[in-house]
Amino acid sequence: MAKFRGAIVVDTESCKGCNLCVVACPTHVIELNTDVNGKGYHYSYMKNPTSCIGCANCGLVCPDSVITVYKKAIDK
Amino acid sequence: MELTDIIKAENIVSQKSKLITENVMHYCPGCTHGVVHKLLAEIIEELDIQEKTIGVSPVGCAVFAYNYLDIDWSQAAHGRAPAVATAISRLQPEKYVFTYQGDGDLASIGCAEIMHACNRGENIVVIFVNNAIYGMTGGQMSPTTLLGQVTSTTPHGRDEKLNGFPIKITELLAQLDGTCYVTRQSADTPGAIRKTKKAITKAFQNTRLAKGVSIVEIVGTCSSGWKMSPVASNEWMREHMFKKYPIGDIKDI
Amino acid sequence: MGDIKLMKGNEVIAETAIRCGCDGYFGYPITPQSEIMETLMLRRPWEETGMVVLQAESEIAAINMVYGGACCGKKVMTSSSSPGMSLKQEGITYMAGAELPCLIVDVMRGGPGLGTIQPSQSDYFQATKGGGHGDYHLIVLAPASVQEMSDFVVLGFELAFKYQNPAIILVDGAIGQMMEKVELPDYTPRWSEQEIEEISGDWALTGKKNRKQHIITSLEYSAPPQEIFNHKLQRKYKEMREQEVRFETIHCEDADYIFVAYGSVARICQKATELLREKGIKVGLLRPITLYPFPTQAISDLCSKTKGFLTVEMSAGQMLEDVQLAVEGRTKVEFYGRMGGVIPTPEDVIEAFEKIFSI
Repeated sequence: MAKFRGAIVVDTESCKGCNLCVVACPTHVIELNTDVNGKGYHYSYMKNPTSCIGCANCGLVCPDSVITVYKKAIDK
Repeated sequence: MELTDIIKAENIVSQKSKLITENVMHYCPGCTHGVVHKLLAEIIEELDIQEKTIGVSPVGCAVFAYNYLDIDWSQAAHGRAPAVATAISRLQPEKYVFTYQGDGDLASIGCAEIMHACNRGENIVVIFVNNAIYGMTGGQMSPTTLLGQVTSTTPHGRDEKLNGFPIKITELLAQLDGTCYVTRQSADTPGAIRKTKKAITKAFQNTRLAKGVSIVEIVGTCSSGWKMSPVASNEWMREHMFKKYPIGDIKDI
Repeated sequence: MGDIKLMKGNEVIAETAIRCGCDGYFGYPITPQSEIMETLMLRRPWEETGMVVLQAESEIAAINMVYGGACCGKKVMTSSSSPGMSLKQEGITYMAGAELPCLIVDVMRGGPGLGTIQPSQSDYFQATKGGGHGDYHLIVLAPASVQEMSDFVVLGFELAFKYQNPAIILVDGAIGQMMEKVELPDYTPRWSEQEIEEISGDWALTGKKNRKQHIITSLEYSAPPQEIFNHKLQRKYKEMREQEVRFETIHCEDADYIFVAYGSVARICQKATELLREKGIKVGLLRPITLYPFPTQAISDLCSKTKGFLTVEMSAGQMLEDVQLAVEGRTKVEFYGRMGGVIPTPEDVIEAFEKIFSI
């Protein structure tokens, strides 16, 4: 069982839906939304939020710096 | 644990660097430039050298780098960034001066300027993003375009009889006595990006040691020019580009 | 008062640059101006004033180094001769577009192409009309003596910074190679960081600290702001035309005929003026000192009482067009020129004058 829980917040209006974060996520948390933002991009979002471990890989690969990653130790 | 318990300022582990401006990048989705810009911003922030750093942007897609990275910038004519950086560095030796160049800018029209800046051992950092194509002008052949690669000016694939061979400019520059650190990295996976960040950090630290030119080539993608999705572009890059342009340090003295 | 010396025109450019607090020189060898960099390298000003001197790999690199130095608010310069000036046009138009001050010296030789290494004035169009692409002008100074080679280094930097625009000393190889007495200026220290802050603090690349980032670029994303900027440049050139015209007149008050000539040709025409006056022919000389802005009004004012102008140049007739534009057909404008590096003698000029005006 993971010792950490994570979460991401995507700046959906700035996201260009490049899909790189989706591929980089080791726990398959992220997907592209079927909806589009104001520019017509399928922005990324947490489809499976409970699987996020806060590894920040998505933030690292995002070319547009639109993902903020949070990580918190799970209380015993 | 609820999401609201996690999404709190004290739990942030990754966020946009303070040195990245609010301007929305004009780059296409998945562009390598965005990742490299972000790394530069983080490194300049972490080394606390914002007020000592001067960037020189190229002609090419990254011409507008100055809109995204909150430092002082000069925008150079096509290929001339190393000459511009030479004077900035010589006249302000206490500064961290870097050029940001693409493969057309550095390896074609700016061949003389990069060669001689390296040969003189200017105290500058060269960030060289190699995506094997002219992105901004619409996907023409660049000096590093691979044999067989289709571009708008090699619609039947690059043919060495017609177009010559792809140039490994970074290996050439490593031969020059004025370069101290020459490395080739990529920005396609979290691991690769972490390595690239280390390499660029080291390059900037070399400025403080006044050891000469540090060159970090980043093999990148151009999904619009290559006409593939960003994810497919990364796969194509790993399969084809890395063979011609292998990742790793070329020189470190 | 400064030192009085016997020096070559090109050497004086170098010596004055050091003395007036120039921060950097970037050049590439080409005849007939190589003495400028040679003098600097021999003098080693980096030990004396901290001035940077660098031999670049090409004229293109040299002018782009000047661009880089100018970005920092520094007093930087380059020099070259005609074929090299063609290569520098890229950097010059970028500097005009980025509104960067610098000093350029063109010691002209015969052309086109590689041409000759002998003196010429055939870069007039290139220097005064723009030279590179886009709507822009340089401030163009035309020395006619070794003394003016010194004076115009100081003046060139002054005007370049006043207008945030490149200034060029346009001189023929004769003045560059000539030795004459010169009074050199006293030493002025290079600008301190604080002085640069005061002079160019709102744009120079000094590192972003407690202020907005500074960006030096000549690029606009869309047409309307570019046009607004183009208008700004045009206002600047208008101000130059109103404020900075410099010229010299000799015996023009009662002259029936007036020579218009600059640089070494003006000296030749001055001698021709004296010889013709000895013969009782009332001749005068108008010597433009600034070729841009051109002394259009001064020539215009002389039209009514002048039977004719004779423009004399070491070219096929380039300044001639500016004289014609000033005269607007109100009196005769004739031309005598030598090309290819051939310098006319006063006798050549007199012969041409007498033939043209049937005297």
